[in-house]
Amino acid sequence: MDSSSHDVLLVGGGGAGLRAAIAVAEVNPKLSVAVVSKVYPMRSHTVSAEGGAAGVARPDDSLDEHAYDTISGGDWLCDQDAVEAFVKEAREELLQMEHWGCPWSREPDGRIAVRPFGGMKKERTWFAADKTGFHMLHTLFQTSLKYNAITRYDEWFVTKLLVDDGRVQGVVAIELMSGKIQAITSKAVIVCTGGCGKVFPFTTNANIKNGDGMALAYRAGCPLKDMEFVQYHPTGLPFTGILITEAARAEGGYMLNKDGYRYLQDYDLGKPQPGPVLRTMELGPRDRLSQAFVKENEKGRTIEGPYGPVVHLDLRHLGAKLINTKLPFVRELCLKYQNIDPIKELIPVRPVVHYMMGGVHTNMNGATPIKGLYAAGEVACVSINGANRLGSNSLPELLVFGARAGKSAAAFASDQRPAGSAALTQAMDEQRRLEEQFLRKAGGRERVATIREEMQKAVESGAGIYRTAKTLQESANKLQELQERFPNIALDDHSRTFNTELTSALELSFMLDVATSIVQCALHRKESRGAHQRTDFPGRNDTEYLAHSLVTRKEDGSSQLKYLPVTITRWPPGQRVYGR
Amino acid sequence: MTEKPVYTEFHPRWYRTRVSTYWWLDRTPYVKFILRELSSIFVAFFVVITLLQIRALGQGPQAYPAFQQRLQAPIMVILNILSLLFVLFHTITWFNLTPKAIVLRVRGRRLPDLLIAAPNYVAWLVVSGVIAWIVTGG
Amino acid sequence: MADKITLEVARYDPERHTEPTFEKYEVPFRKDWVILDALNYIKDRLDGSLSYRWSCRTGICGSCGMMVDGEPKLTCATFLSSYAPGPVRVEALRNFPIVRDLVIEMTDFMVKLKKVKPWIVRENEKPISQGEYLQTPEQLENYKQFSMCINCLLCYAACPVYGLDNLFTGPAAIALAQRYNLDSRDVGARERREILSDHEGIWGCTFVGECTEVCPKHVDPAGAIQQYKVDAAIDWFKSFLLPRGAK
Repeated sequence: MDSSSHDVLLVGGGGAGLRAAIAVAEVNPKLSVAVVSKVYPMRSHTVSAEGGAAGVARPDDSLDEHAYDTISGGDWLCDQDAVEAFVKEAREELLQMEHWGCPWSREPDGRIAVRPFGGMKKERTWFAADKTGFHMLHTLFQTSLKYNAITRYDEWFVTKLLVDDGRVQGVVAIELMSGKIQAITSKAVIVCTGGCGKVFPFTTNANIKNGDGMALAYRAGCPLKDMEFVQYHPTGLPFTGILITEAARAEGGYMLNKDGYRYLQDYDLGKPQPGPVLRTMELGPRDRLSQAFVKENEKGRTIEGPYGPVVHLDLRHLGAKLINTKLPFVRELCLKYQNIDPIKELIPVRPVVHYMMGGVHTNMNGATPIKGLYAAGEVACVSINGANRLGSNSLPELLVFGARAGKSAAAFASDQRPAGSAALTQAMDEQRRLEEQFLRKAGGRERVATIREEMQKAVESGAGIYRTAKTLQESANKLQELQERFPNIALDDHSRTFNTELTSALELSFMLDVATSIVQCALHRKESRGAHQRTDFPGRNDTEYLAHSLVTRKEDGSSQLKYLPVTITRWPPGQRVYGR
Repeated sequence: MTEKPVYTEFHPRWYRTRVSTYWWLDRTPYVKFILRELSSIFVAFFVVITLLQIRALGQGPQAYPAFQQRLQAPIMVILNILSLLFVLFHTITWFNLTPKAIVLRVRGRRLPDLLIAAPNYVAWLVVSGVIAWIVTGG
Repeated sequence: MADKITLEVARYDPERHTEPTFEKYEVPFRKDWVILDALNYIKDRLDGSLSYRWSCRTGICGSCGMMVDGEPKLTCATFLSSYAPGPVRVEALRNFPIVRDLVIEMTDFMVKLKKVKPWIVRENEKPISQGEYLQTPEQLENYKQFSMCINCLLCYAACPVYGLDNLFTGPAAIALAQRYNLDSRDVGARERREILSDHEGIWGCTFVGECTEVCPKHVDPAGAIQQYKVDAAIDWFKSFLLPRGAK
């Protein structure tokens, strides 16, 4: 078995991974850094973020206000020491991006422009037109090319973390181009693989968002934190998950049910007016809009589309002129990727999964309980997002905690021994497992796509927008069944060369673990908070659940749950005030 | 390819498509491109004719009508017409491409392509007019 | 509207084939389906061994470029309905070695991208604590268009110069070099010009212009290269006429 060796290894080459890699290279240029990613770094999902990145920028704003917005938005489940560090460093990191060439939008005098954003009470969202994530990712990637200490493993798929003697010592990965299975050892590993939206049937997340890193860490014995908190966006296109921004409603778009009725008036969101009114009807808070969809569906008043129930977003009455001048991007997305013209047609929309608040349990420096293992970005849960992430906090999060994880991993790696022989033995076992269970496997009757679709359906029906003990239990049982059926998958593809059926099977097995952890955490949290809404426990319960869920995998594959108190520094829990 | 490389494990054997000699017939823009490249031959032809014409002029009053005589040969007429077409094609496509290479901004706004291309045509017309005026003995 | 459409998909597995062949698949014909959706249908229901790259399905990650009926396209932004009644031919991007089915080998581009130094070059760094480098919206506008490149490589597939001689640096890499040259924060234009002034650099371009035509993000690489040539020529003249004063 081939092997290679580095000091710090990144799994994932998106925003967090690249930021971390640069941080390591800058802190200690003598260290060798490996970026192992299943896609070329510029394909990573950071590229899809549109809105912007929050960081205090104006004299009328303050770090405390940004912190308070973040904490109240997160329904007091954020660790406040982490939030304080985050808001302080967010501004510095965004400036660093500016120095690296990020094309931030500007004021006429040349200063960085900021704009308002849902949930932020002051204007502090930095943006690069409507393609902020794209520009950040390409700036980071192109900047990373400057550092010769960074070695990239593009299109290498990590299948396992090597842990020996309580310390992470590298990974096993498949080179997609050749099918070669290789051990890449290192003194520290930072997991930056992003979220897991593809666990759900309707999501804005890209095809590559399979919770790989969460499952890798979980299988290595690292706890996952707050996995029950999954953020929905109320208006995504079904099937593609393309987001139709709030702006479409802010300009006066209507949400209609199958009778063409503005149904939001039935959900305590005010009376319908012809024009848009702030904080009422279509401009109510995101989660309330998503919840109204579920209720409307239960009443049988949604429209049955080819991909399940939808409601309609109607922009036709706004007219071609307004749509073309104020909402050109919305029209472009609809026309270009879904063949719908909002000037003439109704847009089918539904709530879609957007972001994962939970993830790999880390402290403020990105360190997990396993020595040498770090995580940053959406894959991690520090937690600054608590029970609900505020829009435009995720981009600065990946910078701040990517950099922090990079710096602490570099410090850790500087005085560690190289990986021992036990790690290589483990790697060989992993190679054998991959050969036997996938590459040389004959027979089997289950299709990857079938199990994946059943899993997505099960997670949606149990751990969707509303949850109850009963539906969650049903999901848990279904996931258990799918876990048992998984070894019986049939693979059509036995080639070594760029075998994407193999990777989708491996991704599916990761997703099954992640899905199970989501359902388990949701089942045990018997309260409603932020994005976690239990109809059988409708209120927030601070006496029992002002705490993070920590789910750990036991030897036999079952999971174990614990709670960890939330760190409160200066902002005692209050009422979460909706709106913006 | 005369010998086929053999696949060995973990060493992928990439397939390389060979570019056909007639690749430029694949798409209209490619054909246009090749025609534009080809037009340079006809531009050269015009240059050579002009040089010969000057030489003939220099050789005195007897030589020039003989030169004119030769130009009237059908083959020369055809070549000249062909060259004119190619040179026109070359000129027009060239003028139309100028906005790509030249970016001018006035008060921060990029000048529209038309405003970059148009002066070329205007200059062309003016120069042609002046020449016509001289030729017609104006 | 017919309810089915046929896709002819290029298949190549180096372990079994010596050259690509076409395989036919019948897929549902839907108004909102793009070529990529049809490929996903094939992979999920008909033949799991089909290999191709894709991720975001919204035209920003740049993974899913392929030849559709002979033209380079982002398959997530190309509707089946544009090819009705079919069949539609889907192949790997032209001008690149084929690894497998619809997957190309793109290391060449990655090497060239790094070669043109696509990062901010400065003589002296300003500390972060002193805030941002000022850049007016007009200065941003100067390079913005060239910063929109998603590295999808459609321009390389459209460029016959690259097809004939893949030493040519190519449209996207040169456009990205120009993106940094035009950035008011950057002083690396000279370094980059030294790299790009050879025959494989800007002068390799014969201005076919197809790169700009196929670019899904309206980056206009052809324009970038011509502007680069003009700048390089002016610079050369300057150094020729004013050998000492030129910068």
